[in-house]
Amino acid sequence: MIGLGAGTLAAAMLSGLAVDDPFRIHMGILSLVLGLATIVAMRLPQPAHVELDTEYMDGPVRIGTILTVFWGIIGFTVGVLVATQLAYPQVNFEPWLNFGRLRPLHTSAVVFAFGGTALMTTSFYVVQRTSRARLFGGDLAWFVFWGYQLFILLAATGYLLGITQSREYAEPEWYVDIWLTVVWVAYLVVFLGTLLKRKEPHIYVANWFYLAFIVTVAMLHVVNNLAMPVSPFGSRSYSLFSGVQDALTQWWYGHNAVGFFLTAGFLGMMYYYLPKQAERPVYSYRLSIIHFWALIFLYIWAGPHHLHYTALPDWAQTLGMVFSVVLWMPSWGGMINGLLTLRGAWDKMRTDPIIRMMVIAVAFYGMSTFEGPVMSIKSVNGLSHYTDWTIGHVHSGALGWVGMISFGAVYFMVPRLWGRERLYSLRMVNWHFWLATLGIVIYAAVMWVAGIMQGLMWREYDSQGFLVYSFAETVAAMHPYYIMRVAGGLLYLAGALIMAFNIAMTIAGKVRLEKAMPVSLKLQPAQ
Amino acid sequence: MSILDKHGVIERNASLLLVGSLIVVSIGGIVEIAPLFYFQNTIEKVEGMRPYSPLELAGRDIYVREGCYVCHSQMIRPFRDEVERYGHYSLAAESMYDHPFQWGSKRTGPDLARVGGRYSNEWQVQHLTDPRSVVPESIMPSYSFLARATLDFDTIGGMLQANANVGVPYTPEMIQSAAADLIAQATPDADSGGVLERYPKAVVGGFDGDAMRITEMDALVAYLQVLGTLVDFNTYDAAANAR
Repeated sequence: MIGLGAGTLAAAMLSGLAVDDPFRIHMGILSLVLGLATIVAMRLPQPAHVELDTEYMDGPVRIGTILTVFWGIIGFTVGVLVATQLAYPQVNFEPWLNFGRLRPLHTSAVVFAFGGTALMTTSFYVVQRTSRARLFGGDLAWFVFWGYQLFILLAATGYLLGITQSREYAEPEWYVDIWLTVVWVAYLVVFLGTLLKRKEPHIYVANWFYLAFIVTVAMLHVVNNLAMPVSPFGSRSYSLFSGVQDALTQWWYGHNAVGFFLTAGFLGMMYYYLPKQAERPVYSYRLSIIHFWALIFLYIWAGPHHLHYTALPDWAQTLGMVFSVVLWMPSWGGMINGLLTLRGAWDKMRTDPIIRMMVIAVAFYGMSTFEGPVMSIKSVNGLSHYTDWTIGHVHSGALGWVGMISFGAVYFMVPRLWGRERLYSLRMVNWHFWLATLGIVIYAAVMWVAGIMQGLMWREYDSQGFLVYSFAETVAAMHPYYIMRVAGGLLYLAGALIMAFNIAMTIAGKVRLEKAMPVSLKLQPAQ
Repeated sequence: MSILDKHGVIERNASLLLVGSLIVVSIGGIVEIAPLFYFQNTIEKVEGMRPYSPLELAGRDIYVREGCYVCHSQMIRPFRDEVERYGHYSLAAESMYDHPFQWGSKRTGPDLARVGGRYSNEWQVQHLTDPRSVVPESIMPSYSFLARATLDFDTIGGMLQANANVGVPYTPEMIQSAAADLIAQATPDADSGGVLERYPKAVVGGFDGDAMRITEMDALVAYLQVLGTLVDFNTYDAAANAR
C-alpha cells in the first residue's frame, strides 16, 4: 500500500518533469491509476481467514480467469473494429482511433492481455497442483499479477497516445519495457520457487513448457528492447541496433513471441487441461521429452523467414528457412501427443463440448504449424509475404489454437475455483464452440483467397510485358473479402460473449435447466 | 533408450531444467544474429547515404508514432514486378541509420522505400489530409490533424544526440545546429545553405502551404520526400556487393 502511494506521487512528479506531451499524459494516467489502487487497497476489508501454507493460493487465479475473459472480449472487439476500418475507412477517428494506432492495440490485447493473462493464470493453477505446493513468495504472486495488468494498461493507453517503438509485438516504449522486465523476473522467481519446493519428485511436463516460456520470453524481451531514450523524462527512444541487424533482432523476437508465448506456453496449458478433462494420461512420455527439447531448440532459428528476399544476407534467410521446415516435426509431436491422449476416450468428443474445444484447438495448432513451414519456403513466401495470407495464418493460430485452448482451460477451471458442481450451461459451451469454429473457418478461408489473389495481382503481367494492375486496383479488389472477414470476426466475438455470460452465471452459482448433452451409449455385449 | 532414461535427472532438478532450457534457446540467436555485426559484406558499399536531417528525423518519429509501418513496407524485394513498380530493390545500406528499421511486414498500402520525389509536396499533403480525394480506392485513414499540430521540436538536439549515441554519425556541429537546421529546412525562402551542406539532397521549403508555422505535416512530408533518394545507383556495383 505504501508502495502504491509512493508510486502515485512518483508518477505525478514524472508527469510534471516530462519533456513531451505524450509522456506527460501517460504519467498522469499512471498516477491516476495508482492513486485509485491505493484508495481501493486501503478500503479493502481484512480477510476473515488467513490462508495457510498448506492451501493453494488461488486468489490471483480467480481474478485472472475473469480478466482472461475480459481481455479476450476487448481484444476481439478491437479486432472487429480494425477489420471494419479496412473495409470502410470512414470508421477511422483521427488521431487516437486511426488504424495505425489501433492495430497494435488489437494485437497486444489479444497476445499479451488475453494470452498473457491466460498463461499467467493457468501457470499459477497448474504449477501448484502438479507440485502439490503453494505458490512461492507469498504476496509476490499478487505483485506479479497486478504488475502485469499495469503493464497491459500502460501499453494500451500508450498506443492510443502514439507512444510506440514500432517494433511489432514489442511496441511499448523503454519505461514500460523496464517495468515489464521487473514483473517478469518476479514471475520467474514465483514459478521457479514453487517448483523448487514441490512435494512431487518429478517436474510435470506442463511445467517444462511454462518454464521455457518464462525464461525465453525474458531473454527475447530484454535483447529486443535495448534502446537509447532521448530523455529520462520523455517517451521517445531509439533502438540500439539499426537497419538489417535491427530487423533480424526484431524478427528473432517476433517469431519467438509466437514460438514461446503463443506455442510453448499454451502447450504447457494443453499438457495439463487436456489430460485432466479427458481423464486419460498423456499419450507418450518419450515423445514429450523429444518434442520439448527439439521445439525450444529449433524455434529460435526460424526468425529470418520473416525477412525473405529482403536486404538480409542470403545465408541467414536460407538458415531460417531450413530450420522453419524442420520445426514442423516437433510441432506435430505436440499435436500427436495431444490428440492421442484421447485414445480410448474419443466418444467424449460427442458428449463433452469442452473436450471438443480442446481437440479443435490442437487440430488448429497442427494446421497452422504445417502452414507456417510451407509459408517459410522462399518461393512460397515470395507470393505470400506482405499479403493478407499471413494475417489469415496468424489468426488460425491465435483464434484456433490459443483462443480455443484457453477457453477450454477457463471452462475447466471455473467450476473448480468457485466450488460449483458444474458450469451454468454446457449447451452454451456448445454454441460457443460452433460460433468460434465457424468464425475461424470463414476468417482463414477468406484470407487465403484474398491474400493469394492480392499476391498474384501484384505480379501479373499482360502479353505486352506490362504490369496489369495498379496498386490502387488491388486495394479495391480486397473490399468484399475485408467485409467477409468482419463477419467471421463477429461470429468469434459472439461466441466469446456467450462464454462471458456462461462464466458469470456459473460464478453466481446458477445452473441452467436444459436438456442434457447426449451421453455415450453403453455397448451391450452380444447375447 | 538410455539417454531418455537419464532425462529423469533433469526432471527432478528445476535449476538444471532452467539452465538447460536457457542454453538450448540461446544457440540459434547467437549463430544467426551475431555474425551480422562482424561480416563486412552485410552492409553494401554505397555512395550518398547520410543521417536524416533534423526535420526528416522529426517526421520519421511521426511516421513511427502513427504506425505507418503497419500498412506500408519500406523494403523492395528483387522481383521484376516490384522493381518495376517501386524502383531499384532495397539495399541494407539504405537503412543503416534507421533506429529502428521500418521495413514493415504488410502491404495494405504500397511500398514507400522510394516514394521520395515521386509526388509533389502538395500531393502528399492533400493525400494525407483526404486520401480518397486523390486515390478513390484508398482505404487509408485521414491525417488532417497533422497540418493543425504545431511540431514540438524542443528536444530535437537530444533526439540527434540519442541517435549519435547508438552509432549514427551526427557531428557535434550537426547536433548544435539541429533546431536552426530544422527551422531553415521547413521555412520557404530561408537561408538553407547550412542544411544542404550538412544534409545533401534534403528537400527544402514550405511543405503544407502554411509558411507561418512548422507543423507535423511539414516534418512527415520532408521525411517521405527523402525516402530512397540518397543512394547514387549510378556508382553502385551490384556484382561487387553480391552476398
